[in-house]
Amino acid sequence: MVEKATIIVHSGDMDKIYSAFIIANGALSMGMEASLYFTFWGLQVLLKDGLEKSSQSKMGMDLEMMLKKANVVSLEKLIKDFKELDGKIIACEMTMDVMGIKKEDLREDLIDEYGAVGTYINEARNSQITLFI
Amino acid sequence: MSEIKLDVKGETCPVPLVEVRKALKKASPGDIVEVTGTNPASKKEIPMAVEALGMELLDITEENGIWKIKIRK
Repeated sequence: MVEKATIIVHSGDMDKIYSAFIIANGALSMGMEASLYFTFWGLQVLLKDGLEKSSQSKMGMDLEMMLKKANVVSLEKLIKDFKELDGKIIACEMTMDVMGIKKEDLREDLIDEYGAVGTYINEARNSQITLFI
Repeated sequence: MSEIKLDVKGETCPVPLVEVRKALKKASPGDIVEVTGTNPASKKEIPMAVEALGMELLDITEENGIWKIKIRK
C-alpha cells in the first residue's frame, strides 16, 4: 500500500497554509499520497474569495517581503502543483454547518471530498504522517 | 525513450523537488529526466525521492554551484 500524509489545516493564517502545502507537496514528491483536511479557520481559506482575503489580512508585510526576497513560490502555484500530483482536499462538513457555509460558497474546483471527523480518522489510520496545523 | 530536460536554477524549496516529481509522473518508463539546479537542499533530497519512488539515479555532478541530476524512470 502507498504511504500517506494526512494534514489537518485548522488555522487560516497564511504562513501556516503555506507550511501545510509545502509539506504536502514534499510528501507527494517523495512518492506518498497526501490529504489536506480543511476545518474551521482553515476552511475559510477555501471560500471563493478566501485566498485573497487571507493573504491580505493574515500575512504581515515582513513575511510577504521575506518570501518574495527568498524567491518562494506563490500559494496559487503550490496549490496547482498539489492538485497536479493528485493531492486530495477534504472540506469539513461540521465547519460548514457551524459557520453556515454552503458548497457553492467554496472553491469546489479544488475540493475532492466532503467529510467529518470519521473521514479524517479513516484517512489518518492509514497514514504514516499526520499533522495538525 | 526520450530525454527530458528540466531547469530549476534559482528556484528554492520545494519547487525543484516538486518539478522533478511532476516530470517523472509525465515521463514513460525508461525515459530519462535530467534536472539542473542550484538549491543545495534539493541536491540532497531529489536522490532521496528517486529512491523512495523506486527509480534509478544515473548520475549527479556539480560545477560552480550548479548541479545536474540524471534519473531513469
